Amino acid sequence: MIMRRLLAAGLLAAAAMFGGGGSAGAVSAEAILAAKPPKLLSEFGFFADGARQVPAEGVVPYHLATPLFTDFAEKFRFVHVPAGQSATYNPDEAFDFPVGTALIKTFAFPADLRAPDKNVRLIETRVLVRQEAGWQAWAYVWNAEQTEAELKIAGAKVDIAVTGRDGAPLAFTYAVPNKNQCKGCHALNGEVAPLGPKARNLNVSHDYASGAENQLAHWAAAGILSGSPAPADAPSVPVWGDTSAPTDARARAWLDTNCAHCHRREGPASNSGLYLTWGEKDRVALGVGKRPVAAGRGSGDRAFDIDPGNPDNSILLYRVESTEAGVMMPEIGRTQTDPEAVALLHKWVEEMR
Amino acid sequence: MHRLLPIAAVTLSLATSTALAADIAVEAGEGANERLIEALISAQPGDTVKIGPGRFEFTEGLSLDVDDVKVQGAGAGQTVLSFKGQTGTGEGLLVTSDRVVLEDFAVEDTKGDGVKSKGSDQITFRNLSVVWTGGPKAENGAYGVYPVSSKNVLIDGVFVSGASDAGIYVGQSEDIIVRNSRAEYNVAGIEIENSKRADVTKNTVTHNTGGILVFDLPNLPVQGGQDVRVFDNDVVENDTPNFAPKGNIVGIVPKGMGVMVMANRNVHVFGNRFDKNGTAHVLIAAYPNEYDDDNYMFVPRGVFVHGNTYGEGGFAPDGEVGKIITDVSGTPVPDIVWDGVTRIPEYFSWVNAEDQIYIDEAEGTTFANLKMISQMLLPWSTSPDTDISGYKGSLPEPAPVKLPQDNGA
Repeated sequence: MIMRRLLAAGLLAAAAMFGGGGSAGAVSAEAILAAKPPKLLSEFGFFADGARQVPAEGVVPYHLATPLFTDFAEKFRFVHVPAGQSATYNPDEAFDFPVGTALIKTFAFPADLRAPDKNVRLIETRVLVRQEAGWQAWAYVWNAEQTEAELKIAGAKVDIAVTGRDGAPLAFTYAVPNKNQCKGCHALNGEVAPLGPKARNLNVSHDYASGAENQLAHWAAAGILSGSPAPADAPSVPVWGDTSAPTDARARAWLDTNCAHCHRREGPASNSGLYLTWGEKDRVALGVGKRPVAAGRGSGDRAFDIDPGNPDNSILLYRVESTEAGVMMPEIGRTQTDPEAVALLHKWVEEMR
Repeated sequence: MHRLLPIAAVTLSLATSTALAADIAVEAGEGANERLIEALISAQPGDTVKIGPGRFEFTEGLSLDVDDVKVQGAGAGQTVLSFKGQTGTGEGLLVTSDRVVLEDFAVEDTKGDGVKSKGSDQITFRNLSVVWTGGPKAENGAYGVYPVSSKNVLIDGVFVSGASDAGIYVGQSEDIIVRNSRAEYNVAGIEIENSKRADVTKNTVTHNTGGILVFDLPNLPVQGGQDVRVFDNDVVENDTPNFAPKGNIVGIVPKGMGVMVMANRNVHVFGNRFDKNGTAHVLIAAYPNEYDDDNYMFVPRGVFVHGNTYGEGGFAPDGEVGKIITDVSGTPVPDIVWDGVTRIPEYFSWVNAEDQIYIDEAEGTTFANLKMISQMLLPWSTSPDTDISGYKGSLPEPAPVKLPQDNGA
């Protein structure tokens, strides 16, 4: 145990030295680099006004063209890159962020899902911090007063009662992930990794306080991203709900965000042989005519992951529709079905030849 | 460190790990759930997470991602982790780290798989019990003990019952020992799939649909299953109707299968005791489905079956496979059946010696080569080859599997 304490002390000292380098604004480099995470979210200093999700100086809001579905939660995303440093652009993967970076995502529910800006209750804020040894993932759960969020290593369950998109009452138990569950999705070759900030998913316009601007251009201008081409030369995925985009691209964008964090060759579900990344070209790996391997009752008595033209014989649809543990996909991060996504995937498979 | 004499280095590293190792006790009672989750997350290399006796009820799966940790219960009959009320996460316990020992506890009624390791090196499952308490049902999880994409896998003294696919399933892994274990009332008792170097020995597999399966499947990142020894097991009375959800390959296994070898290479089946398996004691077969995979070998290559004992069998051939066999072989089905499928070029030439099927059994053992022409299971001849003496011969046996965590480094 003594050894362990010494080790921890050493890391803290190193963190203090980094902190001395100083980053702009109120963000605490010490908190980001500490071996043990702060107990309270406020210790990071990410927000000028946490309750209203107003970022501090040096904290940049962003959004994704096609985000992950998490039980209809609204999400507020932010990135903090230490002053004077920048992430390195990558056309296919999440950018390579420097040590001291924090990716911040708050999950919230409006009282009425049809009015996403009104009576918003913050549930949790997840923080991914880039330390010397790699990324660390932490979840902070907001108090009822919405004044502070507290670290929950073992996760938490939060009862949600809102008005659904159809106007009917919607009540369920929302799951805040524990630290290991974070890695259940945020893993690349066995290491914790960010998922959202990829060029293709950031390559859309965002409404900044200063006006609308393409996010890649904004990040480059702000100096937090280097090596980025002009947005027109960077890959992009459609907004999955944009009906003017081709069905195939919309469905593939949705699968890329909602499934491919695990279902890729380097991901936690590599053993399935089902790979749903945006760039996947092998039709069998995409599930077409592919038989299940370890699906068990997740197969739903269906023969293929995707049976072209036949969504009701496709395991992929069965698992996206289900809310039952052991059947539903993704395995964590939701307890509800997204009917609009199901409709899109249904159409996609139905039109597939 | 590297300048020290090796002996000194070893002493020092032992001393260091002793100094670091800690026991984290988790007793049943108020908040036990959260305390165990936290213990598994905050454990440090060298620690033992000791779970006390009693029942622990979980609504989410557990996971361990720290190397060099032992998770130890008070005994499979004492420490019970129940997932009956599980609402999230597929499996009961997922291990994604190296040099982990799981022992002396029970896992019950997981919605998905029981205890899984993914990408682990040196993973030990010892004296565990993984059970679906409602008996064999399609709604049960697929696998009981489930190492996948792992290396140096030791499964010793486990008990698995009720899995809707395989009780003990080792997939896409290498260097594997499955021993002294009991699998009953699963669809498959023990399955070794797309894996290399496995010893399956001294297990009892009974009242499953099929006893022991050695398979290789297409369209997976790891293929080319080979070098498997299945020996000194009791494979008896596998008589549970197949209850696998449709779509799963194990759904083809007929009730009353003893050992089934499908599309694998260099598989040795010997010293086992077969009795009262109603379809067939041993079936050697090609992969039966259509597939699109240039890297896949669909026929078994090099199988050696010898020195087993065969009691009554083949008296109640089951399902589609049972019918296909008996349409050619008649009833009772012979002790050992090979579908006889050969790749077309080989059909017109020869099969290399190391790729052939060899059988060397006691006088009176019965056999049939069904002489099927393709993986579509179509017989090209209605007269099987039942002359067992024509398959006499042998293959060099793979070396015993040695594991670092089993005094075998």
